[in-house]
Amino acid sequence: MKRQVPLVLVFLFGLFMIFQYFVPHESSEWVYEFLLDWIYIIGIFALALGIWSLYVVSVDKIKTRKHDWKYSYITLAGLFGMILFGFTARHGDEWGWFLVFVACVLLTIGMIVQAMAAKTAKGLPLALAGVFLIASILIAAFDDTWSFYFYTAEGLQSTMFRAFFDYVMMPILATIFSLLAFFIASAAYRAFRARNLLASLLLIAALIVMMRFFPYFGSTVGELIARTSNWLMNVPNLAAQRAIVIGVGLGIVATALKVILGIERGYMGKG
Amino acid sequence: MKNFFDRLMRLDRRWIFLFLIVVCVITYAADFEVPILVEREVEVIHDFVDSLPPGDIVMIAIDYDPNNLAELHPMTFAIIEQCWRKNLKVLITSLSQNGPGMADQALRDITDSLAVTKTYNGKVYEGREIVNGIDYTFLGYKPYFALVILGMGQDFRLPFPTDYYGSPLDSIPMMQGVLNYNDVACVIDLSGGNITDYWISYGQNRFNFPLALGLTGVMTAQYYPYLGSGQVFGIMGGLLGAAQYEDLTDNPGLAKDGMRVQLFAHIVIILFILVGNIGYFMERRKLHRAEGR
Amino acid sequence: MRFLLRTTVILALLLGAGVAAQTEPPPPVDSVETPSIPPPAPVTGLEVFDTDDDHGHSITLTWELSADDGIGQGSVMSYDVFRWYPPLMDSLAARRDKIQRAQAAHARFRRDLGVAEDALGDLLSGDREFSALRFSVATPTDDSTFVLDRSFVERALRDTIQVMSTNLPLLPDSIRALQEVFESALERLPEAHKTYPTGGTWKSVGKAASGEGRFVNSGSKDPMSGDFIPDFTDLYYRVDAVTADEAVRAESVIVGPRQSKGQWFNGGRFPVFWAVIIFGFLTIYFVSRARKGAELYVRPLAGIEAVDDAIGRATEMGRPILYVLGLGTAADVATIASFTVLGRVAKRVAEYQTELIVPTYDPIVMSVAQEVVKSSYLDAGRPDDYKENTVFFVTNLQFAYVAAVNGIMLRELPATNVYMGKFFAESLLLAETGALAGSIQIAGTDEIAQIPFFIVACDYTLIGEELYAASAYLGREPILLGSLKAQDWAKAAVIVLAIVGLVAASFEWTTFTELFHVTN
Repeated sequence: MKRQVPLVLVFLFGLFMIFQYFVPHESSEWVYEFLLDWIYIIGIFALALGIWSLYVVSVDKIKTRKHDWKYSYITLAGLFGMILFGFTARHGDEWGWFLVFVACVLLTIGMIVQAMAAKTAKGLPLALAGVFLIASILIAAFDDTWSFYFYTAEGLQSTMFRAFFDYVMMPILATIFSLLAFFIASAAYRAFRARNLLASLLLIAALIVMMRFFPYFGSTVGELIARTSNWLMNVPNLAAQRAIVIGVGLGIVATALKVILGIERGYMGKG
Repeated sequence: MKNFFDRLMRLDRRWIFLFLIVVCVITYAADFEVPILVEREVEVIHDFVDSLPPGDIVMIAIDYDPNNLAELHPMTFAIIEQCWRKNLKVLITSLSQNGPGMADQALRDITDSLAVTKTYNGKVYEGREIVNGIDYTFLGYKPYFALVILGMGQDFRLPFPTDYYGSPLDSIPMMQGVLNYNDVACVIDLSGGNITDYWISYGQNRFNFPLALGLTGVMTAQYYPYLGSGQVFGIMGGLLGAAQYEDLTDNPGLAKDGMRVQLFAHIVIILFILVGNIGYFMERRKLHRAEGR
Repeated sequence: MRFLLRTTVILALLLGAGVAAQTEPPPPVDSVETPSIPPPAPVTGLEVFDTDDDHGHSITLTWELSADDGIGQGSVMSYDVFRWYPPLMDSLAARRDKIQRAQAAHARFRRDLGVAEDALGDLLSGDREFSALRFSVATPTDDSTFVLDRSFVERALRDTIQVMSTNLPLLPDSIRALQEVFESALERLPEAHKTYPTGGTWKSVGKAASGEGRFVNSGSKDPMSGDFIPDFTDLYYRVDAVTADEAVRAESVIVGPRQSKGQWFNGGRFPVFWAVIIFGFLTIYFVSRARKGAELYVRPLAGIEAVDDAIGRATEMGRPILYVLGLGTAADVATIASFTVLGRVAKRVAEYQTELIVPTYDPIVMSVAQEVVKSSYLDAGRPDDYKENTVFFVTNLQFAYVAAVNGIMLRELPATNVYMGKFFAESLLLAETGALAGSIQIAGTDEIAQIPFFIVACDYTLIGEELYAASAYLGREPILLGSLKAQDWAKAAVIVLAIVGLVAASFEWTTFTELFHVTN
């Protein structure tokens, strides 16, 4: 039963989606739109599972004192901090007790983590967690300079949320991406060696394509390099990519059919 | 000399990183311009947008994260500025979850820059106020982009009953009579991930609208087959594509600034490749000589 | 005397000439005659039909261009498409507006009530002065002696809140009543259209440029939308050929009644339908052959064969194995293929009692991967060795995920890194960091742009469909091998068709190429 039900569901829904592709009628569209809404709902629940998983793993790292365990506190602070900032917004320009509230909530969570991670002497962290929790509830109840916004998008415009997003997250993400430039340089240095004929062709092609937009070659040489590079991109590169795309496309159809028909069951855990 | 080529073959990657950083910093700090050679696949996009009559709607999908900001933000700026200078309306969506905040900020910056009278390609454009709801509508973000792309093909209101700021789409002047992709002149997808695949397969294949792409440099080669088959009518690839578009619109920005860094970074990489190959050949010659003895 | 007479005559003549000149004022500038545009020739051959292969609510019009299209002084600049609207459509539009306004008013009411209640709270608690509240009350305009004070504001706020609180619950009922009237009017729409041509009006539904002989009047299926076109309703159309002067135009004959409806099969996708059927039959054929014991050859895949060796290496070195499922969702076929490989790796890892680390990007993928790994441990007979934290969620931000995985690599120093699934720009970041950590690396992805990076930085790479073949290769089950064979034969068919198509296109044999044309 535990195995049959998922297989039947996959078969029915897979078959319907194939059917829906060929049937433009409104009734098939209606069912399709209904299913789309369900996918959103399932996705949200799955996100909750994911957050719980991250929390448990971080607590485990702290508990077992794994390498660099202290950074797990920062991970949790970042996670819960951004959730708080996203669900709250100030009414005006005054901060009031908002930052104290955030600190109290994070300390509450920190103390709970500490209690979960401690092998003995859980009493003190739990007591402190209780104190910070009461403090944050009192601040939330009586401070009028800010509010919770669970249903509307005010939180996304909140100063703290935008500040952390614009001035912390965006630069960090751009920095990690910029590492790619250096890794490409070191990978290219290692990989582009003329070991044999094919490797030499690869090297020459790479050099031509990299040099195609050099403006300092002069018109004749520049034109020749640009045309050769265009030919390389639009003929052999395109041919090879089309071949891989066709192969991948057929592979996708085959795998999808196998999943729908229950032949491929790796995703269920029993390969 | 022999040890030198040995060391060259086993060069620690940190030397490469250091050399690259130094070159990038110097070229960024120095103020000079690099001539840009424009590719046909970028020019086609510019000409298409240029040929649209005032009042037409261009849909721009800002489907990238802050990671890809350096390459794709200049494209966003250049295209949206061009549209607004030509009095085209812009319908923006952002199917990447970190895109909306970035897109919102970009819109604010671009509206500020259009308030000033400027000259582009010899033509003077008077500064004007860009109004939300009249000159642009920002739909915002919804998860599961494949479903959103499909939904928009029937009605924009299906995935986006309201815009990013909470106004019902039916109450927005620009969206009156605008139902789905049939009512926009083209879709330009600016993306750094696999959302592009879905725009092509679920969007363009199903609903047949003109689609152009703005991609990171790494991804560009992968989408040339679609250019060849006509599913996509233009591609802007990476910082170079953005610089080319800025050049065409006579609107120099971050991309053109970045091109001088990219050019010299490429030169450094090519030099290291050549040096590595020289080291490799010298090593091989040494081995052959040792075998010959 | 003669002088006087002559002078008088001359003066009279001059005067007369002047008067004559003045009685005929110069013609005003705007009465200068302009050449009038003659009415153009109307369009002919107007055909109106239900748009094919759609969900309904759409009518297509085609016509022969006007004889004056784009030529001469009276040239046609555009075509204006008109549809006949019965009076009920105007009444529906008015009702629709009413409903939308009522809904907007309801939302505004709710919001304003909240603001009024907050303002009263601020006033009573003393947080704000009566003159600085976020809700402004109406004051009498005809009393010059009126002075605004706290008690007036408080009273006005209480009265306003009471009125709003009383009326707010009634609004949904009034909206519902309006909607019922609207829906009953909708039901009468087909009957109303049958009253043509009595009482209705012709309205423009769109324009086509000169030179275009086709227009699709595509509407919304949502009755609340202003673009709603009802299905199974008699519709009447005409097309006007319009010159540069909008008033100068020629009407076509009226065509109708025509009805729009949704189709049950999209005929434009027949090539895809047949391809799926043929591929399905190929799969069934080869699977049945495999079940009957036929030997099906699959070429060796170095990357898959290296997995066992890599797991052995990790066990000997006492270091963990890092398995990265990629950045795809559970709906991506590459991720599904990766689950199969993960199951195999997890089973071996359970047998050798090596540590396995599986950081995931997507929460749903995490749930599925947990189930896969748990089942593998169970299959290996070591259910107690399974740890909940083996598979964990990191983040679903691309580069934050990469940073986390790189950190794991540099801290845990895994002996083997396996990358199977969908990867994007972060592929080289992962692979290079893995190389720095001294791990043996096996990668497989269907993302074409990332394959070169994996080839350069990893020891073994599965390219494109080799990843999908991994499940068949690992398990060696006849059913899976059979489907792999079907895939290969389909590829061979595509190659043959591509060559034939190349020849056909060169000789312009459009019949063959049209067979594969997919519309809409």
